[in-house]
Amino acid sequence: MTEHDRNAAAYWSANLRLIIGSLIVWALVSYGGGILLRPLLSGISVGGTDLGFWFAQQGSILTFIVLIFFYAWRMNKLDKEFGLSEE
Amino acid sequence: MSQFAINLIFVGGSFALYIAIAIWARAGSTKEFYVAGGGVNPVMNGMATAADWMSAASFISMAGLIAAGGYANSTFLMGWTGGYVLLAMLLAPYLRKFGKFTVPEFIGDRFYSKNARFVAVACLIIASVTYVIGQMTGAGVAFSRFLEVESDTGLIIAAVIVFLYAVMGGMKGITYTQVAQYVVLIIAYTIPAIFISLQLTGNPLPPLGLFSEHTASGMPLLQKLDLVVRDLGFTDYTADVSNKLNMVLFTLSLMIGTAGLPHVIIRFFTVPKVSDARWSAGWALVFIALLYLTAPAVASMARLNLLNTIYPAGPSADAIEYAERPDWIRNWEQTGLIQFDDKNSDGRIQLYNDKSESFKQTATERGWNGNELTVNNDILVLANPEIANLPGWVIGLIAAGGLAAALSTAAGLLLAISSAVSHDLIKGSINPNITEKGELRAARISMAVAIVVATWLGMNPPGFAAQTVALAFGIAAASIFPALMMGIFSKRVNNKGAIAGMLAGLLSTVLYIFLYLGWFFIPGTNTFDNVQANWLFGISPLSFGAVGAMINFAVAFAVSSATEAPPKHIQELVESVRYPKGAGAATGH
Repeated sequence: MTEHDRNAAAYWSANLRLIIGSLIVWALVSYGGGILLRPLLSGISVGGTDLGFWFAQQGSILTFIVLIFFYAWRMNKLDKEFGLSEE
Repeated sequence: MSQFAINLIFVGGSFALYIAIAIWARAGSTKEFYVAGGGVNPVMNGMATAADWMSAASFISMAGLIAAGGYANSTFLMGWTGGYVLLAMLLAPYLRKFGKFTVPEFIGDRFYSKNARFVAVACLIIASVTYVIGQMTGAGVAFSRFLEVESDTGLIIAAVIVFLYAVMGGMKGITYTQVAQYVVLIIAYTIPAIFISLQLTGNPLPPLGLFSEHTASGMPLLQKLDLVVRDLGFTDYTADVSNKLNMVLFTLSLMIGTAGLPHVIIRFFTVPKVSDARWSAGWALVFIALLYLTAPAVASMARLNLLNTIYPAGPSADAIEYAERPDWIRNWEQTGLIQFDDKNSDGRIQLYNDKSESFKQTATERGWNGNELTVNNDILVLANPEIANLPGWVIGLIAAGGLAAALSTAAGLLLAISSAVSHDLIKGSINPNITEKGELRAARISMAVAIVVATWLGMNPPGFAAQTVALAFGIAAASIFPALMMGIFSKRVNNKGAIAGMLAGLLSTVLYIFLYLGWFFIPGTNTFDNVQANWLFGISPLSFGAVGAMINFAVAFAVSSATEAPPKHIQELVESVRYPKGAGAATGH
C-alpha cells in the first residue's frame, strides 16, 4: 500500500465514522423520539402535548438541518486535511 | 376589483415572470440542457431543489392530511425531510463527483452493464410519470377554482408555460424558474399561516403558535383541539399510534424514496463542486423546512377554525344553520370538494365522526343522524385565507403559489424523463455517434413528447392516480436508492448482483402493492382486502418500499458474493467517486 492509498483509506473511514454517527442521531430523533420512544417521553410536556409529538412534528426536521450542515462542515474540513479537496 | 381579477393578476404576473426567465436562460449545449452548465450557486440550487421537491402534494395536500390524521400523519413530515440527510451523506456528493448527466448513466457505468442501465431507465420513467400525473391534475384543480376556466383548459395553459421554459431552457431554464417559483410558493404558504397563527394564538410565528396558548380559551392550542375533536367522536389529535412497526416502515419508505427520486438527485449535478453538493443539500432542507415547519401549524389551526365555524358555541351546542353558512363553504361547494347532506333534516350542519361506535349513543341523544358535511382534505390550504377572512390579494397569492408548486415539480420530473430518453436510450444505446447538436435536438423533442403525454394523462387521469404515488415512492425506495448506495459504498457488488437486487426489490414491492390495491390498480382485482388485519405483520402496502429496499440489498450481496468480483477499472471508478479531488466538470462521456 502506498502512502497515497493509506491516506485515502484513512479519509474514507473517517467519512464512514461521521456518517454512522450522524445516522444514529438521525434515527434517534425520528424513529426514536418521534415514534418508538414516545410513550416513554410522555411525562415531558411541551406546549400542551408531549415531547414525542414535538419530535415528530418539529424536532426531527430541525435536527436534520443541523446534521446536514454539521456533516458538510466536517467533510469539507476533512477534504482539506487529507489534501483531497478540489481546486 | 373582483376576486377573479385579483387572481388573474397574481397568476398572470407569475407566469409572465417564468416566461421572461425562459427567454433569458436558453440552453445552447447538452451540458446546459441536462445540468444547467454545472455552475449553479449551492444556495440557489438549494432553493431550486426545494421547489423541485415540494409538489402539489406538499403544498396542497399535506396540511390536510395532517389535519385529518393528527400525530399519526407526522410520518409525512419526518419522511419527506429525513430523506435529505440520506441524500447529503450517502448519494449527492459522490454522484456529483462521478460528474455525468443522469442517474441511469451511473448505474450503467458502475455495474458495467447496459441491462442495469435499462432497468434503471424503466424504474425512473415509471416513478416519474406516475408522479407527474398528480402535478398536472393539481394544476388543473387550482386553475378551475381560481380562474373559473375548465380544468382541461387550465391544464393546457399550464402545459404551454412549462413547454416554453423547459423545452427552450432545459435544466438551465428550469433551475431559474424553480428559484422564482420557490419564492412565490413560500410567500403564498406562510402569509395566511402567519395571519391565522396571530388570530388564534397571538404568536406571529406559526411553528411557535402550534405549541402556544389558544387565546380565546386560555388553554394550550393542542389541548383545546383534542377537547373539541373528542367531543365530536374523533380520535384525539395528539393520540399515539398502536401499529408502531408500520409507522416506522412508512416513514422509512418515504425517506428512502425521497433520496432515490431521480428528479431530485439530478439537481445536485448542477453545482460546481463536491463540497457545494453537500452545502446545497443543507440549504435545500432549510428552504423545505420553512414550509414543513409551517404545515403542522396550519393543519391544527385550520382544523380548529373549521370546527369553530361549524359549532360557533362549542361542539356540545347547536351547529350553524345551513342557510347561514359562510361564503367560503358556498364557493367550495361549487367544486364538489365540500358536500352537505342534511340527514336529520334540521337545517343545521352536523360534522362529527359517525364511524365511532362509542360515540353513537351521544349522537343519537343529540338527534344526529350521520355526518352531514364531507370536506375534502385538499381544500384546507387553498381555502385557508377564506376561512380566516383574509383579504382578496392573499387568495390570489395562494392561487399563484399552488400553481408554482405543481409546475416546478412537473418541470423537474419532465427533465428527468427526457434526459433518460435522449441521453440513456438514444445516445447511450440506439445511436451512440449522435452529434452534440443532434442530442440537444433529441432532448428537446423528448421533452416536448413527455409534456404532451403528461398533459394527456392529466386530462384523462387513470382512476388509480392517487394510489400511484405509493408506487413512485415504492419504486424509488426499493430499486433506485439501494443500487446507487451499493454502487458507492461497496466495491464488491457486481453487475449480476445489482440487476438481481433491483429486480427483486422492484418486483416484491410492486407485487405487495398489487395484492392489496388491485392488479395494475384495476379496481376490484385485489387479492386481499386492504385492511390492517390482512397485512403481512401489519405492514401496509404504502410502507413496503422499505422492505423492498432491504430485499434489494440482501439479494444483491448474496448474488455478488456467489459470483466474480467487479473488474479492476470498476473498483477504481468506485475509488474515484469517493474522493472529491479531481471532480472536474460534468461531462457526457
